[in-house]
Amino acid sequence: MELDPRGQRFAATVTTVVLIVVLATGWGWLALAQAVVFAITAADPRRGPYASVYRALVLPRIGPPAEREPAAPVRFAQLVGFVFLAVAAIGYLSGVPALGVTFAAFGLLAAFLNAAFGLCVGCEIYLAARRFAARPIGS
Amino acid sequence: MDSVGLLAIAAVLVIGVVVGLWRRHTDGRFRPVRQVSGRIQVTGSAGEQSAVTGSAGERTPMTGSAAEQAAMDDSAVGERLDPAVLTALGVAPAEATLLQFSSAFCAPCRALRRVSTEVAAMVPGVQHIEVDAESHLDAVRALNIWRTPTLLVLDARGRVTKRSTGVPTKPQLIAALGDVLTA
Repeated sequence: MELDPRGQRFAATVTTVVLIVVLATGWGWLALAQAVVFAITAADPRRGPYASVYRALVLPRIGPPAEREPAAPVRFAQLVGFVFLAVAAIGYLSGVPALGVTFAAFGLLAAFLNAAFGLCVGCEIYLAARRFAARPIGS
Repeated sequence: MDSVGLLAIAAVLVIGVVVGLWRRHTDGRFRPVRQVSGRIQVTGSAGEQSAVTGSAGERTPMTGSAAEQAAMDDSAVGERLDPAVLTALGVAPAEATLLQFSSAFCAPCRALRRVSTEVAAMVPGVQHIEVDAESHLDAVRALNIWRTPTLLVLDARGRVTKRSTGVPTKPQLIAALGDVLTA
């Protein structure tokens, strides 16, 4: 599967706004909703809610993409987002707001870096992790 | 309004802007590599560990200014790469080599490949070799590769003279090669 990279930036922008609202209001149900959005998008990026909005409202105005990107890293990033927001939602909804704020804040950082600078934090961690994972025993 | 949450928002946005701008600043910039007289070797055969052995040669910096030395990148010092490493990576002898470490699913790697291929075609004596980081993890560790794309500029003797992460512009890349080709 190949995706329009601008759709990913658009989704990151919407996510940034949503997470700012979550942090400003401590609204646990919104955090949960965002976690669900991440889960759906991880399962099928084309059926993601933000992707659908992008296709309906933004894409007709800007035309087809010059380049596409593979889906695998996008899905991985969405999965990471799901985990963080699920924990945040649990924190907010079970009366441990410190947990909610912390995990929502990390989610916001990743979404903001993606939206504003096109940086994919998960992708960067990947190679560094591989360096350590493949280290032979005893070295 | 949750005041802790608002504080978190402010902190995240400040950190995010700083990180983003810093990354934008360092992307594509070439950092010179300190020259030493030793060798980078990557030893390893079936069952053995990969390790870096370097002969403790004398450090002979190429420039005299203290400030420039302080700015030099001590990672992957400019030791001559063992010919075995170079052949393993597919590097044939040339006046200058652009050695690019890439990984799958990496859009900047594709962009760097385009720029490097164009420059290698334009400038005589320059070859561009692209290496999959994940298939050469021993070289990745020996050369201190942390991000992809990482571009190493090798001179005619196979020494790492400069390195950069991210995507340089064509003028930046040509300028970086200029020193190597005229040396």
